[in-house]
Amino acid sequence: MNWRAMRAIIRRDLLGVSRSKGVLLPIIIVPLVIMVLIPLGVGLLMPILSDVPGFDMGDMDLFIAQMPEAMLAELEGLDDMQTLIVAFLVYFFAPMYLILPLMVASVIAADSFAGEKERKTLEALVYTPTTDLELFAGKLLSAWLPAGAVAIIGFVAYALSTNIGAWGTMGRVFFPNLMWIVLVLWVAPAAAGLGLSSMVLVSARANTFQEAYQIGGVVVLPIVMLMVGQAMGVVYFGAGLVAALGAVLWIIDALLIWLGVRTFQRSEIIARL
Amino acid sequence: MPQQSVIAVENLTRRFGDTVAVDDLSLNVDQGEILGYLGHNGAGKTTTVRLLNGVLAPHHGTISVLGLDPLHDGVALRRRTGVLTETPSLDERLSARENLTLYAEMYCVPGSQVRERVQTLLETFELADRAHERVGGYSRGMKQRLAIARALIHEPELLFLDEPTSGLDPVATRQMQDLIRDFVGRGERTVFLCTHNLTEAQRLCDRVCVLERGRLVAMGAPRELAEAFAAPLRLDLEVSPGHLNLAHETLARMPGIESIELVESEAVLTITVTGREAIPALNAALVQAGAAVYRLVPHEPTLEDVYFRLHQDQPGVAEQRQRMVEA
Repeated sequence: MNWRAMRAIIRRDLLGVSRSKGVLLPIIIVPLVIMVLIPLGVGLLMPILSDVPGFDMGDMDLFIAQMPEAMLAELEGLDDMQTLIVAFLVYFFAPMYLILPLMVASVIAADSFAGEKERKTLEALVYTPTTDLELFAGKLLSAWLPAGAVAIIGFVAYALSTNIGAWGTMGRVFFPNLMWIVLVLWVAPAAAGLGLSSMVLVSARANTFQEAYQIGGVVVLPIVMLMVGQAMGVVYFGAGLVAALGAVLWIIDALLIWLGVRTFQRSEIIARL
Repeated sequence: MPQQSVIAVENLTRRFGDTVAVDDLSLNVDQGEILGYLGHNGAGKTTTVRLLNGVLAPHHGTISVLGLDPLHDGVALRRRTGVLTETPSLDERLSARENLTLYAEMYCVPGSQVRERVQTLLETFELADRAHERVGGYSRGMKQRLAIARALIHEPELLFLDEPTSGLDPVATRQMQDLIRDFVGRGERTVFLCTHNLTEAQRLCDRVCVLERGRLVAMGAPRELAEAFAAPLRLDLEVSPGHLNLAHETLARMPGIESIELVESEAVLTITVTGREAIPALNAALVQAGAAVYRLVPHEPTLEDVYFRLHQDQPGVAEQRQRMVEA
């Protein structure tokens, strides 16, 4: 493998992304809202709002009531507000975190594959002395690495925001737990892989960044379904389920990447230019 | 010393669906040569460049470029070739320096040489002053210069140029042509030049190939082609204004003259003759008849004349071009 060429491809894509507002804004704004503003807001405002007459936490009571025994054991000894905060920020919110690597990988992959077609910059790249696999792997990593980085930075920011925001209620560091460690190290990279590998396939047909991003957006649906499933008490994000979810995502990734490798052949690409 | 063949192609064919983009093409390009590859849009020029660089697979035929098979040794081959694509294909969000540096890395230019080589190219192509600006803000000419600098970053032995002067102003065009000549230098490097610009081909190329719907219809030195395909010869005759009728009558009686046309606004007769050998007799007859000849100028046949003749399918052209290609 020509690692030097691959590093150059990655640097090239990332420099481009860093200078594109259309790509950069969602990568900054979405994590900021999900990983900082929401946990801070929940931690700080929930105790205040709960004193307001008529305040309703929606389905959270049902969510807590239907929790599996093992999870309920973790909530033992907590008062009502502490239980509410831990249930919301630690468990209820966990699927939402997966949107982060998925979205970042999708946006960058859409820019890297379909966007390259739109900008007519692919032809020069095709003439470089790289194999199809090196070209593909370089582009794949240019989306996967920043998605992984954003997932880790987002997690650290979430850990800080959660503990700081809820300090007044909890009085101690309560986040993260084992499930979140598994989520960050095992599932988040797989979710990033799902975002980018599906975008590779979409980009083979789409001609513009926007077109690819819009079509590829449906990949968020499984995450939304997980969130709905949790709210309805059908699934709960325990460490075991999260580990199994990660395994399923890695298998899907492997399949999609295999399809992507078959699709991403310079002779096919150049014939369509 | 016999010249080494840099490109050798035999019976090359490539189709896209029912369309034959390159049809049974055979050609050789020697080291140190500038080969002009001429044809209309869609004639198969760009497809040929892609086939020769191993980024597209042929359906039939054999290719050897720099002694390598592009399909199987594509990576090794592309380290030694440079390609200027029809659209500059630059990363417009990046600066000129970043574009060149990143492509130097991709082409495996030794790390210790990258900075110096990038700087040299930026200076050679007069981009050093704006090397840190994003390419999106460059003029068309600057982008084209940067694209050719990128194609040269790894010092290729063989350079493919696809319409290098398209969209450039006359000054930039002349600069680009000078750069192409400099690149070939002492004959160690070779240029495969796809162009619509026939004047450019005539000025730069040692040999030209004319392509029509993927088929090679003529190949040879521009001068050879002009002589072979551009007959009959056109002459401009300017005589004393009072002698126009005398000159017309004299010429009308002469053999070997195909047509005489008066351009009244310029007091000039445009004469078409069968060949250059008719000129001395024509001049002598006019002088003998007492016509004061101011000017008798043959229009040297150009590649443009050849090109249009080849694409007009005139009688005899098919046989003539077949003989040229076979030769």
